[in-house]
Formats: sequence, C-alpha cells, structure tokens
Amino acid sequence: MTREIAVVAFAQTDHRRTSHDLSEVEMLMPVLHDVLAQTGLKTADIGFTCSGSSDYLAGRAFSFTLALDGVGAWPPISESHVEMDGAWALYEAWTKLLTGDADTALVYSYGKSSPGSVRDVLTRQLDPYYVAPLWPDSVALAALQAQALIDAGDTDEPELAAVAARSREDASANPHAQLRGAVEQGEYVVRPLRTGDCPPIGDGAAAVILAAGDRARELCARPAWIRGIDHRIEAHSLGVRDLTDSPSTRLAAEKAGAFDRPVDTAELHAPFTSQEVVLRKALRLRDDVRVNPSGGALAAHSVMAAGLVRIGEAAARVHRGESDRALAHATSGPCLQQNLVAVLEGDPR
Amino acid sequence: MPEVLQAPLVVEFPFTRSLGPVQSAFLTGLRERVVLGVRTGDGRVLVPPVEYDPVTAEEIGGLVEVAQTGTVTTWAWNHAPRRGQPLATPFAWALVRLDGADTALLHALDAPGPDAVHTGMRVRIRWADERSGAITDIACFEPYDGADQPEPAGHSGEFENPVTGIVAAARLDYTYSPGRAQSAYIHALGDRRMVGERCPSCTKVYVPPRGACPTCGVATSEQVEVGPGGTVTTYCIVNIKAAHTANLDIEVPYVYAHIALDGADLALHGRIGGIPYDQVRMGLRVEAVWTDDSRYPDHYRPNGEPDADYDTYRELL
Repeated sequence: MTREIAVVAFAQTDHRRTSHDLSEVEMLMPVLHDVLAQTGLKTADIGFTCSGSSDYLAGRAFSFTLALDGVGAWPPISESHVEMDGAWALYEAWTKLLTGDADTALVYSYGKSSPGSVRDVLTRQLDPYYVAPLWPDSVALAALQAQALIDAGDTDEPELAAVAARSREDASANPHAQLRGAVEQGEYVVRPLRTGDCPPIGDGAAAVILAAGDRARELCARPAWIRGIDHRIEAHSLGVRDLTDSPSTRLAAEKAGAFDRPVDTAELHAPFTSQEVVLRKALRLRDDVRVNPSGGALAAHSVMAAGLVRIGEAAARVHRGESDRALAHATSGPCLQQNLVAVLEGDPR
Repeated sequence: MPEVLQAPLVVEFPFTRSLGPVQSAFLTGLRERVVLGVRTGDGRVLVPPVEYDPVTAEEIGGLVEVAQTGTVTTWAWNHAPRRGQPLATPFAWALVRLDGADTALLHALDAPGPDAVHTGMRVRIRWADERSGAITDIACFEPYDGADQPEPAGHSGEFENPVTGIVAAARLDYTYSPGRAQSAYIHALGDRRMVGERCPSCTKVYVPPRGACPTCGVATSEQVEVGPGGTVTTYCIVNIKAAHTANLDIEVPYVYAHIALDGADLALHGRIGGIPYDQVRMGLRVEAVWTDDSRYPDHYRPNGEPDADYDTYRELL
C-alpha cells in the first residue's frame, strides 16, 4: 500500500422513528450538502461516488438511482452502489482511491425502515432454501446468539442491561441519536432479549468524504488516516458457527492492523447488546478503550447507514482531537455474519 | 404545504429456485421422512447439508442419514409468532444438532413455555402431514425424552421423483410514502393540474418532481404549473399485449410516447390515443385525457394545434 487515504468529513441526519414526510432523496440531500460544505468541495470536484442501501427496506425498487438525484449526477459521474451497509461502499471507494484513479470520494448510505417491518424484511437475506421459508426474524436470530452466550457463561441479563444503559447514557451527548438517556429495559421481545437489548427502528442517512495524501491535508485540519481496513465473513449456516465468537471480526481486525498497537476508541456496530459482548472478545478490547462514545447502534440504527456511521463517528473523534487511534467496526447479516474493521489514526500532535 | 400522502403497498412474489444435488436429496428426503446430512473431507456430518465445505470450500456430496432425534444447542422463546413462522402459538426457536450430525439445524420447537426449554434438552422431529420437499416438511421439533430412538436405516439418498426446485413465496407489507415533492404533484393531479418543480440553480422545471435537481443536486421547491398542451418528443409502437392487469384492455398496436408538457424541461411518458397509431409523429401536439374519477391522465390525444418545430423540443429528447 503506497497511498495514504483519510476520512476528511462526516455528516449524518438525525435518526428518527419515521420520516414519512420525506422521500429518500429528500432525506439524504441535507447530509450530502453538509459533508461537501465541510470540505468546500462540489460534486464536480469528487473523483468517485459510492453508496450503500437496500430497496427492500422501503419496498422501493431502484431507490438508489433516485437517491443519486441528490448528488447531482448529471452530466454522468463515476459512481457505484453496493446493496449493503455504507461501510462496504466506503471499502470500495478506498480501493478506488488506492488505485490512483481518484483523489477524492463521496460515500453515502441511507435507510428508511419505517415503511415496512424491518424484522421481517431482513428474513429475505437468509438462506432461501433452509431458513428463509421459516421467517425467523432478526430479533429471534440475535436471541439465539444471546442465549448461546448466556449458556457459555460469557454474559447474563444484568450485564446486557448494563450495555444498553451505558449506550443510551452516552447517546445523551449525541444530538443525532434516536434513543437517549434512561431507557426502560422493558419486556422480552424474543427471550432472552428485551426491548432495551434491541436497536431502535428508524430512518436516517450518513455521508463521508475520503481523500488521498496531500489532498486530505488540504481538506481537513486533522485527517483520520485509514491505516488498515478489511472485511470477512462467517460460514453461511448458523448451525455451523460458534455463535459465541466472531472469528471473521478477529481476522478482519488482524488484517487491518488493529492488534499492532492499542486503540483508544472503538465504535462497534453491535445492534444487539449481546453482540457487543462477542465483539469485545473478538477484538481483544481492553477495559480502558472508550467503546461507542456516540451511543452506538443501540442508540440509533438506520439500517444500511449504521455501519458507515461507526466509521464516521470514529473519524470525527480523530478530527476533533479526541482520539489518536480509533477502531471502527461494521456488520451485516444475522448474528454478525459479515464484519468490517477499519483502523483510523490522526497525525501526532 | 399539502398533506404528505401515504398508502399501503404489498410486495409479493414467488421465487422459483432450482436445487443442487445435495439440496435436492435433503429436501426430497424430508418429503419421505428421511433426514440426510453430508460428510466433509475431515469426516464431519453437516445437517442441513450444503454442497461446499464451509471451511475448505471443497465440493462435497457424500450423503449420510442421521437420526430424527437430537439435542438443542441454543434456543430463544418467541411469545408472539409472526406471519409465516412455523407455529401460530408461542414456541421456541431452536438450533438442534440431530444425533449423528456435527452441526445444528434451525427450526421451531413446540413447548408449553420457556420454562420447559433448555439448552441440552432432547427433541425429535414432528413431521408435517402434507410434505412437498421443503424445509417446512418438518412441522417443528417437540420435546422427547424417550429411550426409543430408532437407528437411521442408512438411506442411500436416492429417491423416486426427486424434487428439483422449490417455490418460495415472499410477501412484505409496507406503508408507502412518496415524500413532499411527489405528494404535492399527486395532490395537484387530483384537481386535474400538472405541477412540476423548478430548480433554484439551473431553473429547469421537472415533471413529475422528485424533490431534487439531478444536475445540480439541490432541492427543488418552487411549484410551476405546466401544460395543458404538450409535444411528443419521441415514441415507440407497442405490438405485444402487456401481461400486466392494468393494461389488459388496451388494444395493440398502440403508441407510447415521451411528452414534453409546455413549461416543463423534462419529458414524461404516456400513451397516445385518439389517433391511428401509424399517424403519431415527433412534434405532435397533445393534451391529457382524464377519465371519470381518474386521479391521473388515462392517455394523451392530439389537441388540434399545428406540429411543434423541432428546435422547440430538441433539448428535451
């Protein structure tokens, strides 16, 4: 790797239970304007644009082509899309910048879960032969993982409640979060997971700008350099996996260089409290690492944007001088099926 | 600002999926009340079976019959079953490692309550009365502590009339909202007016408006009434009757056209009627035809004006 690439700007919407007053492009546009304004760039200055979203969330075919209107994609721009969380769009943009084909990239993602039932929508990403016909919803699958952790002695319900409480308490300082402050742990949704163990359902969008080398230094006082980024996947079948562990996260972290030196901050994409337990173990996070100062996915979980938000939040802490070396993690699929890890660093102060 | 619209939307589709040899044997086996696993290169037995080793990616295919009894490896109590799930009464989701298998199968476990379920409990398959070669041929698991566990008969995995595919029905229900700009457009249609939006930067008027200018990437907001006259900028002749129910009563051939309404900077599209299909031409002047109770134009017809000069619409092609 010869090219230094950094996150130089990050913006997100407020994450809300519903945004029915806005189309997807109407929801997305302010975030695009915000992130461009932070750098002074215009659409025409951007070398590559990549987005992440899923048509299934809002039930709207080819929604990503309509969302492109908000970028100003005419005359045609160099552009791509992934049907995944925006963290994977960022990965594609990072590789594009590595090749030298572009010096700047705009990465955005958005999700509107409010029009449908996201618990059911997410069943459509499961194995279509053996699993999807049973319609096991996303909370049920997470609950299987949580019970496996409890059986293994890795956690218990009070510890999970503490993860929930700490996340929402931290979110008090995050004006974009959906759940902030004291939130009732509530009744079981699918036992052993209670309402408080689950992410809020909401709509939102996020965007970041990447830049290479000196371009990054021009655009940002303290760029968040991507020292490493990697993503890995578990075996397809849940019954093959050890649900109490995440070897794909560990491998991605190793390839991203996360274990070379300690990080001071970690933004983990753990939509369920129990998944933070798995990730802390897989990532070997010490107790002095600041985990999810933003409140994490338990405070705001716009599906398809929440992973990119983790990278953005970690980068923003580097920008503000609150972190020197941060880890960002994104996940996709049931029970932490796919995992992406990025390591971000600021220049020495 | 007029009320933002919302309407129910159902997305429903049957996915027809073909099966590979291992999947075909497994699902045919379920139809015949036989459970098959597949053996990996290192001797493990995977149930449900797959065609490639999840560790080595090696192609695998050696089928092994396993028992219909097994052990719960993890579970979760579902007190409020959702549409499509295996049981309508409260049940446990469970991963079950069948005797003879090294991996676990996800399914429902019928039990009286969460206190009756624990990891390590013994269960057996309850077969569906009617079976077709699908994972739902297993109705669910049920608690089983009997000692009577018939040994698998060592089925070869070869069956008469193996299933070669499944049809997986999927239905998702939404409450659709088109957002601010399109709601305003649809409201105006209700009054038989066509209202676009102007880009504050390039001043182009988009009909129908989607809320953003695709050239400038900024929000459109100023509403501009366009039409009622318009110009056919280009068209095609449709010769194949649509399968879609909304179009069944339209006789072919007919013309489908791009129509630049007066005052609009983007052509919309619609059907041309009231003129023989082979007389439609670029530059033809048309107007919308609204049928009774319709909330949108049924089609467009000639409005009697002389054809538009090419230069007036060349930028809108």
